[in-house]
Amino acid sequence: MTTTLKELGLTDYKFGFVTDIAADSAPPGLSEDIIRFISAKKHEPEWLTLWRLKSYRHWLTMEEPRWAHVRYNPIDYQQIIYYSAPSQRPGPKSLADVDPELLKTYDRLGVPLHERALLAGVAVDAVFDSVSVATTFKEKLAELGIIFCSFSEAVQTHPALVQKYLGSVVPQGDNFFAALNSAVFTDGSFCYVPKGVRCPMELSTYFRINAAKTGQFERTLLIADDGAAVSYLEGCTAPMRDENQLHAAVVELVALGDAHIKYSTVQNWYPGDKNGKGGIYNFVTKRGACRGARSKISWTQVETGSAITWKYPSVILQGDASVGEFYSVAVTANHQQADTGTKMIHIGKNTASTIISKGIAAGFGQNAYRGLVKIQPGADGARNYSQCDSLLFGDKSGAHTFPYIEVKNHTAQVEHEATTSKVSDDQLFYLRQRGLSEEDAVTMIVSGFCKQVFRNLPMEFAVEAQKLLSMSLEGAVG
Amino acid sequence: MLRIEGLHASVAASEVLRGVDLEVKAGEVHAIMGPNGSGKSTLAHVLAGRGGYDVTAGSVRYLDHDLLALAPEIRAREGVFLAFQYPVEIPGVNNAYLLKAALNAVRRHRGEEELDAVDFLASVKEKLRHLEIDPRFLERAVNEGFSGGEKKRNEILQMAILEPKLAILDETDSGLDIDALKVVAKGVNAIRDPSRAILLVTHYQRLLDYIVPDFVHVLAHGRVVRSGGKELALELEKTGYGWVGAAPPPEALV
Repeated sequence: MTTTLKELGLTDYKFGFVTDIAADSAPPGLSEDIIRFISAKKHEPEWLTLWRLKSYRHWLTMEEPRWAHVRYNPIDYQQIIYYSAPSQRPGPKSLADVDPELLKTYDRLGVPLHERALLAGVAVDAVFDSVSVATTFKEKLAELGIIFCSFSEAVQTHPALVQKYLGSVVPQGDNFFAALNSAVFTDGSFCYVPKGVRCPMELSTYFRINAAKTGQFERTLLIADDGAAVSYLEGCTAPMRDENQLHAAVVELVALGDAHIKYSTVQNWYPGDKNGKGGIYNFVTKRGACRGARSKISWTQVETGSAITWKYPSVILQGDASVGEFYSVAVTANHQQADTGTKMIHIGKNTASTIISKGIAAGFGQNAYRGLVKIQPGADGARNYSQCDSLLFGDKSGAHTFPYIEVKNHTAQVEHEATTSKVSDDQLFYLRQRGLSEEDAVTMIVSGFCKQVFRNLPMEFAVEAQKLLSMSLEGAVG
Repeated sequence: MLRIEGLHASVAASEVLRGVDLEVKAGEVHAIMGPNGSGKSTLAHVLAGRGGYDVTAGSVRYLDHDLLALAPEIRAREGVFLAFQYPVEIPGVNNAYLLKAALNAVRRHRGEEELDAVDFLASVKEKLRHLEIDPRFLERAVNEGFSGGEKKRNEILQMAILEPKLAILDETDSGLDIDALKVVAKGVNAIRDPSRAILLVTHYQRLLDYIVPDFVHVLAHGRVVRSGGKELALELEKTGYGWVGAAPPPEALV
């Protein structure tokens, strides 16, 4: 087995083990029955079942979009398993109730579930395939009135909040994959930070796709009420599989007056092997709404994994003087493809947005930045600054930039800068002449290139991101 | 310390070095002079291990090593330093970070303990003072937006911190005004001691007013055609390089 993996070039992916747990799965395929099955499994209220069905019916009328600068074989939606839960007693009350196999999996991933979580100051809501396994720190957060739990739990315990905000930022029919997610989403994270409360710790969700042929459709909803502040980190890994797996998540953020939300993602889903076989299709819709005045939403993403990444974490700047930020590093090595960027929709007066995008392509990797800056007629004094830089390794990788700018207000200021550069032999030699190994030289050049993004990540995750980056680019030179 | 024998090297199938012989002992300063295209910079690059050159014959002994068999970073860690003629920009990486990484790579190689940020800064600040370099240099990205003179000073700062055994300066004086030239000279003279050797590659005699060499060699058409004491440089200043003979055949013009 080891030899075969090595031969296939699969051993490079450090997190590619499979956890052996009997799963409680739905048969493959999608129909109204499957959706009712999922909804029933989760004991959902009728409004949610109907919401799902409405999404599904809408999805049936839609066509899979083809405009992205990515290529992949058609997805057979009838082959996907839409529900897979580890069979165990429902609702573990504490870590002791959790299947030890699951905990071991998280151990190997380095997710701090136990006391380590306390030391790391991280509250983790771990999503294992479709069901949330354990939520730490819930009680401590509850003292402050912060609700942080799995999405399914929130449906049971805070149905009014869920009903009020679900689909309010990403409507059911928003796009093909968002509609699919709205129909079949299984779990995810829910967070509500009440008025005036600043969440005292980083909140974190670790997603993991385990069961074979399972699509993961998680749904995240995060609400910061007036004057609240929260920083949230999402990290993702998946085991190695020869077949492609679809990951179509939806993340919705709502920031009310003076609220701040910082959402950071470190994504290293399995990227496929050296020849481009297998790997995750990461087709995700992420959007935040700055509803209140002076609110702020900041997206930071480090995308090193997935065979294909296709996503545009966006901000709707509705409140006056609200602020949207997007900091992104996307790496495509071997045969990985990425079409990623952001949308900044300026509606309120004196709204400001910043876009810093760093694309790195090595091997046969294709990396596209696609962004939209839209200034609506009422957005007096809106400002945007965009910077899109690409760094190329070798001569078979590609970088593409598709910036769209629509300005309907003459007081707006929009700036866009873009550069493309290659890692030069001169740079590598210079650093090696100073005593650095070739690998360290590459890491140094890449971290310098990504500096503006990394400094926006929480400290411990910046370190992790840097490591992932070096891992993905191993052997990119020479 | 360094013994070069019959060194031949080509770039893109055109021979640039055609049998260089040179011996450098610890404590000595050698100046390599010569007209454009004589192979001076190629020699510096081959010694440091830059890619793109084919060594077709000859050998280079450095201390106990076959220098040409070592990877560039190992040469650097063994004490070979090249001050670049055209220092390279590394955007986003600050100078202090590179210097610390470089110094610790050398220290690890020698089996010494790595310096932490505090000790590192203390030692660097002293060197900055001595070389009259603005401490803000450390916070700037490596050579990014530096003037020509600043880039050369930065090379000298790196050299002062890494304390090499063999320092090769590749036309570090070119394009410098007199103040910058003095800084370069000060940096070189500061590391001059009986355990180190210095190889100055230069086109002009001017630098040698400030760094007095023990030996001067004239390189022409890929060979050392004359060697002498410091007075040879003065002679060259008067006579120029016309006497070295006809222009080399076109394939050697690199």
